[in-house]
Amino acid sequence: MDRKVVVPGDLLSEDAKRSGEGTYIRDGNVYSLLYGLANFRDKINVIPLSGKYVPGPGDNVIGVVKDITFSNWIVDINSPYDGLLHISEYPKRIDNEDMSKHLRIGSSIMTRVKDVDPTMKVELTLNDRKLGPIRAGQVIEISHTRVPRLIGKGGSMISMLKKEVNCSIFVGQNGRIWISGSAKDMDLALRTITLIEREAHTNGLTDRIVDFLKKEKGARG
Amino acid sequence: MDETDISFFKDGLRLDGRRADELRPVKIEVGVLARADGSCYIEMGGNKVIAAVYGPREVHPRHLQEATRAIVRYRYNMASFSVEERKRPGPDRRSYELSKVSREALEPVILTNFFPRSVIDVFVEVLQADAGTRTAGINAAAVALADAGIPMRSMISACAAGKVADTIVLDPMKEEDNFGQADLPIAMTPGGDITLIQMDGGLSPDEYHRAVEMAMKGARDIYELQRSALVNKYSQMTEARPEGGACL
Repeated sequence: MDRKVVVPGDLLSEDAKRSGEGTYIRDGNVYSLLYGLANFRDKINVIPLSGKYVPGPGDNVIGVVKDITFSNWIVDINSPYDGLLHISEYPKRIDNEDMSKHLRIGSSIMTRVKDVDPTMKVELTLNDRKLGPIRAGQVIEISHTRVPRLIGKGGSMISMLKKEVNCSIFVGQNGRIWISGSAKDMDLALRTITLIEREAHTNGLTDRIVDFLKKEKGARG
Repeated sequence: MDETDISFFKDGLRLDGRRADELRPVKIEVGVLARADGSCYIEMGGNKVIAAVYGPREVHPRHLQEATRAIVRYRYNMASFSVEERKRPGPDRRSYELSKVSREALEPVILTNFFPRSVIDVFVEVLQADAGTRTAGINAAAVALADAGIPMRSMISACAAGKVADTIVLDPMKEEDNFGQADLPIAMTPGGDITLIQMDGGLSPDEYHRAVEMAMKGARDIYELQRSALVNKYSQMTEARPEGGACL
């Protein structure tokens, strides 16, 4: 794969049709919008090395309740924009008075972005078996720009990881990751994810992670 | 203007040994602050400037918020110890003006419509001043914005030209700025679109064109330095980096 570090304004291609994410077109040429890694395939995408998470519909995210209003929980989703979880999006029917019994300020939840409107009002939902409050395990935070690498192409990396470390893992697009398993397994999962975050921009990562896990497990016996 | 008995040239070289069209040495470091989303430290000759970018983040106070785009705030500040005579701390007329023109130099390249209802805060602190702090501040701020992952159409580079002893010089240092005949700072994109131009003192139309030409050439050289500073930060990252994911 052909990859290169680019800065904003770098000329990437003279073919406007190859413009992908993180690029823009001027006078029929494709330029970079971001400081990051440019991937030259059919389309040219620039993946940022840093930046804030901007929620999009359908994203799985992990949030922390930071306030409760008349019928909404206001959820911090590690983004410039807060998420709103309406009571009707809670899997059970509950009364307004009982909201804080189910989700208190400080509660962590695995949730999904239902909709984002042009003024960046972010609506969340808990209506899915995979989603819900976090009661066990731990949550770690990585840069959201590394999440695609952690998931891998078609989920290859994350499904391998779940199997190898014997943990339940929920990856939020906002860079927060929930892990649950035995203390030893969680420790290994944590170190593996840290390694993936650190080397997210290198090639052949999945193979190296498989080797890393093999070695770690061998040491444990 | 040139009443003082300073001679600006010795054997065809300037007081610090530069040629008329030579920049002062520049050093750029990226990502120097752990708490900022993007940061940059720059030295341009005797100028030492640090820039920090925070955001996009929620706007406080709320009434400044714009429904369709991010606002950009730029604060230029000189440390009280940055000049020979202690500067009274805090904003003054000069720093208000520099904050405004510097913000307007950077705003045209930032894609503010990507982040409605948010703010991008840029803080520029001058630690040591030696003429040309606004250009150093803009150079540092542009690198810090890129480091923060903020989408921009291009980088911005800034450089000044001046006139001393009837000669056009690039990147004047303190003596030339204080006792010279003119100072002309510019900021521009690598493509040559000028986003800031100011002039202090007097230049004839011909001198003006030559000064702009010279400052643009200087800004292009600075652009290459900004670019390589950003690219080098990444190549360091390829080697092991000892920080990991923090626990929540």
